Amino acid sequence: MKAKEMICIVCPLGCHIKVLKNDGVYNVTENKCLRGKEYGIKELTNPIRVLTTTVKIKDALLNRLPVKTKEAIPKHKVIKCMEVINSIEIKSPISVGEVIVENILGTGVDVVASRSM
Amino acid sequence: MLAYDIVVIGGGPAGLAAAIEAKKNGVDSILVIERDRELGGILQQCIHNGFGLHIFKEELTGPEYAEKFIVELQKLGIEYKLDTMVLNIREDRLVNAINTEDGFMIIKARAIVLAMGCRERTRGAINISGTRPAGVFTAGTAQRFVNMEGYMVGKKVVILGSGDIGLIMARRMTLEGAKVLAVAELMPFSGGLTRNIVQCLDDYDIPLLLSHTVIEIKGKDRVEGVVIAKVDENKRPIKGTEKYYECDTLLLSVGLIPENEISENVGIKMDPITSGPVVNEAMETSIEGIFACGNVVHVHDLVDFVTEESRRAGKNAAKYIKNQIQSEGSITETKPGKGISYIVPQKVRPENIDKTLDLFMRVDNVYHNMNMVISIDGKEIKRMKKRHLAPGEMEAVKIKKEDLMDSKHAEITISLVEEGA
Repeated sequence: MKAKEMICIVCPLGCHIKVLKNDGVYNVTENKCLRGKEYGIKELTNPIRVLTTTVKIKDALLNRLPVKTKEAIPKHKVIKCMEVINSIEIKSPISVGEVIVENILGTGVDVVASRSM
Repeated sequence: MLAYDIVVIGGGPAGLAAAIEAKKNGVDSILVIERDRELGGILQQCIHNGFGLHIFKEELTGPEYAEKFIVELQKLGIEYKLDTMVLNIREDRLVNAINTEDGFMIIKARAIVLAMGCRERTRGAINISGTRPAGVFTAGTAQRFVNMEGYMVGKKVVILGSGDIGLIMARRMTLEGAKVLAVAELMPFSGGLTRNIVQCLDDYDIPLLLSHTVIEIKGKDRVEGVVIAKVDENKRPIKGTEKYYECDTLLLSVGLIPENEISENVGIKMDPITSGPVVNEAMETSIEGIFACGNVVHVHDLVDFVTEESRRAGKNAAKYIKNQIQSEGSITETKPGKGISYIVPQKVRPENIDKTLDLFMRVDNVYHNMNMVISIDGKEIKRMKKRHLAPGEMEAVKIKKEDLMDSKHAEITISLVEEGA
């Protein structure tokens, strides 16, 4: 199998690391520290991201309320989550931290308000 | 005439932190003046996360970070005026401001904190040739339209400049359904954080074209396309490398400039490199009783550092009101040496330092395996190993008070030398 090349983002050094899977064992090279190894394996097996975006809000100071997934979600679900979040509209008042979408797409992660409005 | 002990100009992260810290240090009469419709400044449009790792030990979005300070300010009962524009200030610390409710106001202040932040460089600042159609935005303007007002600014986008705002907007536009064709960067390296290159560009297969720039904008009423060319080591476009990109929008992320019209008009001494006021260890400008903090002094890459610096300004403004600042005594100057482009503060009065002096600086290029050498009056006092240095990442150095008191107080120099040298 071909080694997957990626840039480690654990620290500002930004090592260009290579991750190779051999007989079910992951081998990370070009990393300068152990955290880079962990990052490389995680990015290859289960990359996750926090999604931040906005939802439509009515009767508020602004037209959009900023929201975020409370925890990181699988990277491949980001675009699908955007579709869900873009399909809803909420009403003011909302407090920071309030749940806007519960357990989005079965990820076990809530989408919450990033500010009060 | 209105009168306050401290008037803070700007209600973004710098102004909020300065006002809160001044109040906590015993000054009750404080007014924050903000020209926008709400407090929080640009944080309110920065809906992405990554703020607050230093101050709160958690990753917050911009609005969350702002709300913590706004709530605290309100709890402390600090006065503020929104939709209010400061027209000018005077050396004797009179503030002229205007809004539609109070009309023209003359506000007397015993101390002023300048916290106006910075603004984006525009197309005019970098002279891109071509027609002048709609669809050319600074990245921050686009960010405000998309994240706060709820308007998409385009469908096919090219971004010039790979600073963090440009990278963040590449992802944001993509998530909202636009196609981002490329991010062009004049320099051979990106000014943005690696984390943003990975999570905003690589995640969405957006190409980053290093050593490239936009040389022409085409289109009559709306942008129809841009021409991108490779540049040589002198940043001049190379003939024959031009490539046309059909697009309806060009976003510019080509640098920030501290917003200092008010400071310059009153005659505050400016640093030509930072484009901000020259300040001392108390964050006081060349005019006594006028302090400055945050992006109006020098552009920061992390809001956490803005908060720390502004707390220092707020605390010192409070000390000034209470006559606790030692303004006599010798002045030490900080001098950027080889590899360093600037140091803040530029002036230091050692008597006023509690325990340590914090110096902030930027390097002038990307460096690997260097030593950062700190000398006082030519004598080396400290040497720090640096595996990686980049202009996009602000560096900080601490100097002990004892080291400063020992010196003849001429100058502190910081320079980069190769390892082993």
